[in-house]
Amino acid sequence: MGEIEEANRKAMDILLQAKPVLKGIGVAGKDIPGMTKTTILHAGPPIEWERMCGPMRGAVMGALLYERMASSLEEAEELAASGDITYEPCHHHQTVGPMAGIVSASMPVWIVENETHGNRAYCTLNEGLGKVLRYGGLGDEVIQRLRWMEGTLAPALARALELHGDIDLRTLIAQALEMGDEGHNRNRAGTSLLIRTLAPHIASVAESPAVASEVLGFLAANDHFFLNLTMPAAKCSLDPIADIPGSTVVSAMSRNGTEFGIRVSGLGGRWFTAPAPEVDGLYFPGYTADDANPDIGDSVICETAGFGGFAMASAPAIVQFVGGSVDLAVNSTREMYEITLAEHPFYRVPVLDFRGTPTGIDVRRVVETMIPPVINTGIAHKDPGVGQVGAGLVKPPMTCFEDALRAFADERSS
Amino acid sequence: MKKIRIRKGVYCDSVRLLLLSREMGDLDGVDRAMAAMATPTNLEILGQLGWSLEEIGDVAENDLLAAVDAADERTLDAAFQWLETRLKERVSGTGKGYHPRTLRTAVADAPSANLVQISIPGAYAFREAKRALMNDKHVMLFSDNVSIEEEVALKDLAGDRGLLLMGPDCGTAIINGVCLGFANVVPRGPVGIVAASGTGAQEISVLLARGGIGVSQLIGTGGRDLSRKVAGRAMRLGLRALAADPETEVMVLVSKPPEPEVAERILTDAASCAKPVIVNFLGENPDRITRGNVRGAGNLEEAAQLAIQAAGRRAISLGEGGVPALVEQERSRLKPGQRFLRGLFVGGTLADEAMLLLKTELGTLYSNSPVPGCTLLVDSSVSRGHTVLDLGADEFTVGRAHPMIDPTLRNFRIVEEAMDSEVAVLLLDVVLGYGSHADPAGATAGAVEEARGMARKDDRDLVVVASVCGTEGDPQNLDEQEQKLRDVGVRVFASNAQACRFCRELLRSGHAEDS
Amino acid sequence: MQRILDLFSQDLSVINLGLEGFGDALTDQGVDVVQMDWRPPAGGDRDLMKILDQMEE
Repeated sequence: MGEIEEANRKAMDILLQAKPVLKGIGVAGKDIPGMTKTTILHAGPPIEWERMCGPMRGAVMGALLYERMASSLEEAEELAASGDITYEPCHHHQTVGPMAGIVSASMPVWIVENETHGNRAYCTLNEGLGKVLRYGGLGDEVIQRLRWMEGTLAPALARALELHGDIDLRTLIAQALEMGDEGHNRNRAGTSLLIRTLAPHIASVAESPAVASEVLGFLAANDHFFLNLTMPAAKCSLDPIADIPGSTVVSAMSRNGTEFGIRVSGLGGRWFTAPAPEVDGLYFPGYTADDANPDIGDSVICETAGFGGFAMASAPAIVQFVGGSVDLAVNSTREMYEITLAEHPFYRVPVLDFRGTPTGIDVRRVVETMIPPVINTGIAHKDPGVGQVGAGLVKPPMTCFEDALRAFADERSS
Repeated sequence: MKKIRIRKGVYCDSVRLLLLSREMGDLDGVDRAMAAMATPTNLEILGQLGWSLEEIGDVAENDLLAAVDAADERTLDAAFQWLETRLKERVSGTGKGYHPRTLRTAVADAPSANLVQISIPGAYAFREAKRALMNDKHVMLFSDNVSIEEEVALKDLAGDRGLLLMGPDCGTAIINGVCLGFANVVPRGPVGIVAASGTGAQEISVLLARGGIGVSQLIGTGGRDLSRKVAGRAMRLGLRALAADPETEVMVLVSKPPEPEVAERILTDAASCAKPVIVNFLGENPDRITRGNVRGAGNLEEAAQLAIQAAGRRAISLGEGGVPALVEQERSRLKPGQRFLRGLFVGGTLADEAMLLLKTELGTLYSNSPVPGCTLLVDSSVSRGHTVLDLGADEFTVGRAHPMIDPTLRNFRIVEEAMDSEVAVLLLDVVLGYGSHADPAGATAGAVEEARGMARKDDRDLVVVASVCGTEGDPQNLDEQEQKLRDVGVRVFASNAQACRFCRELLRSGHAEDS
Repeated sequence: MQRILDLFSQDLSVINLGLEGFGDALTDQGVDVVQMDWRPPAGGDRDLMKILDQMEE
């Protein structure tokens, strides 16, 4: 008695005091620790090529084409399976990636720093909707866009950021939550706030008005651009609690499209996994549940840090994905207070009288109540090369939490 | 046939439109439907899906497109109309309907809550009751099947923290005039009650009310409190609380016969109070209880009368006049050979009281839960001779609601007893108040009519006697309930003791005639 | 014991854990009630409950 409480108090102090700040844009191969030319990072818990789902395989092949390590799909597939490529979870390299989460050496990455603790997190730039690499989208347009992002978008944003200086993401996320976003599946406000902040500088650093227009147009066309900043913001907030002996706080949740996995602070780097669940959601015209891949992506780091589905009450429009009402949105957030240890001091929910968002999932409380964390997510097509087919809500498998609790008890008794 | 309609300048959230598209596609006769803003992408998709874009003319991105593919014109119109209606709907709500899943959250949501009422399965009750106490909440623990060790642990915890723990297996309480569990609406007043028996406490509070006097607090302890192991922990704490409560002038303690050493300790406590204490330990000789400020009462009715006197009021007659004439009148229904009483009780303490009042007069008296001097009815599904049944006993309530809530079992038994040609009188209790069935008298009356019908087929009749434990303030309405019973020829009394005395007279004179 | 006397002088405010009918009866009497949506801890799994109790907060 007391030991766990003490450890959890420590973990929550660290998590709640985190101050994620956008520092700039780097290159994966240079900036991400442990990255090599032949490393490919992926979403979720560790997985080998053989067990990867369709969209993740598609994204890996796309990345090999983009890196010019292969010149055709056939070559890419051969190389991917050859054993010459090192596959590692983003999570093992201070990185997070939405959906397939594929990161290769040449990709530009956001650099976000938790200024309270001094640690960093990385994430690629969001490609937009439709046929895109993170959904396993393949084809020239995907590769062309990635090259344009590397050659035009990233340099422009990097210079604009230099001119503007660091951006306090904690404040930006807090504002977005008060404007109808939840920071995971709805990022319209956050993206708008980011554009508003950077636009004057983009205009002044761009080589030509045409480039400025191109860059700003790209940002404006993509509601989810800000997602790739909320994710590393969450990641660098959580990493400092990754290994606090005795703490039952969930430090990471993630999916690779084959498995759902969680990590618990007091159990360090161990992953507790179970088959990835299906997403309950709405499909874009022409698609059905039969087309869907099981749940995938690192983006559930948002919920782990206390927003996303946990801040659903801030973004009632989201529940319509599952045919829900505003009441459902509000009650979803209220239910998350049952399984969390604190209310976030900066992220607040207007409709709940500006109560702080439920933050810090306690694995004990999840098992006690059998309330699964509520997660908002996009739905990827199960075949490589197609892209997003819908969006909805997903419930993680309870066995991850039960197994973690049992492991915790074993560790304590030994 | 495929058709597109345009609504100019209507903005709708894209997610909502996806949802509406799906629902519209599910309408009868609709093959495919899409509601979307008129963006270039959406127009392209519509084109690919085979809708003709020529007819729609110039559109902008803030125009709403509704595209439907349906069997005929009428279905198309209906689908468009459906969409119009849905677009006008407002989605609203603030999550007021949230019900906390854990006590932790409930306590956080309602920090001013001062009492937790628990009626979950006994196996989980200890855990939750302990948490409530640790959160400094008083507890009404309705659940049964809590082990005696857990009961002791909870009562010690409550005692240490100075909190009220009523139960486990506490059916009745009235705190600050509010009925908890099974309780009657009585006025507030000077009499404080601590009760280890639920219906006993209900009967006393009702008789006090009928006598024109109210209740300060009615504290339940649970039925096992006066056992050797629990040692009256809750009754002693309740007694101390009421002794210190300025609103309470007179105290009443009620229980089944306690363990002698427990009784002695409680009576010692009671004798050291500065207030009058009336004690009814059912079946115990009142003279052995009476000492100083402590007065023993022989039954529930007497306990109420003594409390009224002790509070300085004159006992009001409960209307038992003219009994001999009534006995004659009822006896005329019976034929020679009809000689047995069958008491069918929903209140356990009322059954006990009936046995105590009747056993001397009737000789052998059977029961599923006999008081000393009565005989155990081995097969409680078949009555024999004179029988008094507690239908709320565990053997009858496994897998079904208590008979105070669900009258089915007693109704069945009323009819069954009527088929026995040796039965003369049915003795019943009808308990009103919160927690009880919404119309117990109505339910009983139906069964009584059916029972009479059965007897008449056999050219007999029956005497049916009932006491109604209830007040004018109860949700069921006392007057109406009594009238429903009288309407089917039930002889109605204001207390169980009166009803028992009436039966005693009836059977005594009947017996005299036989011999 | 002072807490019990305090209770006697306060308005009753109840958390109802279990049968909704008991909560409704209180609402009818004008009492503030929080009705819980209680379910067995750990879905009724005895082993997990035991572990949870050992790790009790």
